[in-house]
Amino acid sequence: MSKSIIKVDGLHKSYRMGNNALHVLKGIDLDIKAGEMVSIMGSSGSGKSTLLNILGILDNHDRGDYYLDNVKIERMNETKAARYRNNYIGFIFQSFNLISFKNAMENVALPLYYKNVSRKKRNMQALEYLDRLGLKEWANHLPSELSGGQKQRIAIARALISNPKVILADEPTGALDTQTSYEVMEILQEVNQMGITVIIVTHEDDIAHRTQRIIRLRDGLIERNEMNGKYQPVTTSEIFTTN
Amino acid sequence: MFDLDRWQEILNAIKQNKFRSILTAFGVFWAIFMLVVMTGAGNGLINGVTSGFKDFATNSAFMWSNRTTVAYQGYDRGRWWSINNDDIESIRNEIKEIDVISPRLQGWNLREGQNVVRGEKAAAFNVMGDYPQYRKIDPCTMPWGRYINDEDIRERRKVCIIGENVYDVMFDEGEDPVGKYIRVNGVYFMVVGVFKSNNPNINIGSNKKETIYLPFTTMQQTFNYGDEVHFFGFTAKPGVNVQSVVDEIKPLIKKHHKIAPEDDEAIGGFNVQSELQTMEYTFLGINILIWVVGIGTLIAGAVGVSNIMLVIVKERTREIGVQRAIGAKPAVVVGQILTESVFLTTVAGFLGLAFGTMILQLVNVALTASQAQASEDEMTFFANPEVGLPLAIASLAMLILVGLFAGLIPALKAVRIKPIEALRHE
Ligand SMILES: Nc1ncnc2c1ncn2[C@@H]1O[C@H](COP(=O)(O)OP(=O)(O)OP(=O)(O)O)[C@@H](O)[C@H]1O
Ligand SMILES: [Mg+2]
Repeated sequence: MSKSIIKVDGLHKSYRMGNNALHVLKGIDLDIKAGEMVSIMGSSGSGKSTLLNILGILDNHDRGDYYLDNVKIERMNETKAARYRNNYIGFIFQSFNLISFKNAMENVALPLYYKNVSRKKRNMQALEYLDRLGLKEWANHLPSELSGGQKQRIAIARALISNPKVILADEPTGALDTQTSYEVMEILQEVNQMGITVIIVTHEDDIAHRTQRIIRLRDGLIERNEMNGKYQPVTTSEIFTTN
Repeated sequence: MFDLDRWQEILNAIKQNKFRSILTAFGVFWAIFMLVVMTGAGNGLINGVTSGFKDFATNSAFMWSNRTTVAYQGYDRGRWWSINNDDIESIRNEIKEIDVISPRLQGWNLREGQNVVRGEKAAAFNVMGDYPQYRKIDPCTMPWGRYINDEDIRERRKVCIIGENVYDVMFDEGEDPVGKYIRVNGVYFMVVGVFKSNNPNINIGSNKKETIYLPFTTMQQTFNYGDEVHFFGFTAKPGVNVQSVVDEIKPLIKKHHKIAPEDDEAIGGFNVQSELQTMEYTFLGINILIWVVGIGTLIAGAVGVSNIMLVIVKERTREIGVQRAIGAKPAVVVGQILTESVFLTTVAGFLGLAFGTMILQLVNVALTASQAQASEDEMTFFANPEVGLPLAIASLAMLILVGLFAGLIPALKAVRIKPIEALRHE
């Protein structure tokens, strides 16, 4: 078996709301291997987003251990957290979260800006990613001129450009129709086949069934954690295999 | 280094809040504009007033006699008395702190009808009696001839020097007046020079441009003033306080003329040094006022900028969150907000500076034009309103500082935004 990229032991998280605390994660154990494609399911409010945010170092956990690529993640200052995020993790959001006044290419290139890559170089790379995702001719369009599926593909390109080890996607297809959802999932599968670990939070069974493993959360605990027998790797991975 | 992405964000933030940005920027614009215009106006006032006495002896004073106000040694109060040659002589001998002393005669009674005649030309002018030393107190240039000299005094020569206007009226343009005669109250005097005071705004006793100066001794004799001195001016030696000299002179004169030592009214005086000091304090006061008002307005402007930056941060919370999620370090966010704030204040302030300077320039041009038209004798109380380069540089530096301060709170607020909270913010 390959090595763990994400390892979580007895993870607890509470939200303080006035005097009482809301205990959201109540002891999560999780081991995700490098190169896996995993989905997290569960009813609304079960703590899926909370877990994903902790994995993405966007939020702190209260108790338990979290190892990202064998590095123990503890409370750290924001500058260090930003560096980890920039180097290890790519985010994909349900609502795309593109910057409205930047065109497609500039949006994709943004993570490299924070890595101080020169404008020319990062735009060239961004164009390359847009090309692979079939969006080259949209490079100079603003997000407001693009469809939901196009926006999400741009968000994927943005997540990929900094060469992350893990992609975290919180309901990436939640705002898309079925057809577009499948297209996005296909892309994510291909991303996964490049060797990048992909973790997807979703409500939809058919989305979950396109991942290798399905983790079900219930009331802050893992209810089930099982391999997906129906998983079929995509065969038409002409997009990313060359990388 | 020019960072296109940073400027893209700044321009976008301003563009999205165009109206509000302009309103806020106007606060800073107005502050700097006011500061420039007020400083310019203040400088104009100072220039206008001080240009009237460029090199008048600042360590000088004038003194004259008044009616007594205290009865003393058998004399009633209200007695007329007069300073005389002996007084001047003893002051000159006894008071060592005096540099030069210059007694003067003021021919009030001589200016009547057309008292000055030359051939066909006749006009009314003032007549004064002076010593050569007077030039040390009120320096002048001599467009023609020379000043009164010691020979004139000693030999009581019937010579005179004349003011610019006297020359203009009594002589043809360009005519050499030296050696020509004019008749003053029936007596012929030879003109030996034309004087032009460097300090046209200070006129003691008469308008200098319309005055004829005779040698003091000549005038005493010719017009029967006996040994009277109407008033005198003196300068103190360097480093000596003029008032202390005045305080020495007074008892001396009072003793000579049997004036009560406590009679403060009997001797009148004008202390140029202390008057100037008062004026300097006034100018200082004006300047302080200008800066207090200007900086107050600037602070108000800065609060405005700070406010709009807070709004921008709030509106962009989600955006900042996304940027943080994809790897923007806090320093990047802080830099962004600060640059934006400094940009806003500096541009606004620069416009204020430019606009203010332009207004001053226009005023200056108008002023010069109106001065060219105004008659020569009119006093100018306002000249050359201007702000120097130092003020311009200081205010630009101040703007950058103000921008930084204005951006500080919003920037700190922006970094305190946790990416996770920003992303939840819908
Ligand atoms: N910042 C917060 N402060 C307080 N409570 C929070 C906060 N974030 C989440 N919660 C609460 O924690 C619980 C879990 O939230 P979470 O967003 O993880 O659920 P989820 O599984 O992602 O749900 P959904 O499917 O609706 O997205 C919810 O009850 C939510 O109200
Ligand atoms: Mg959620």
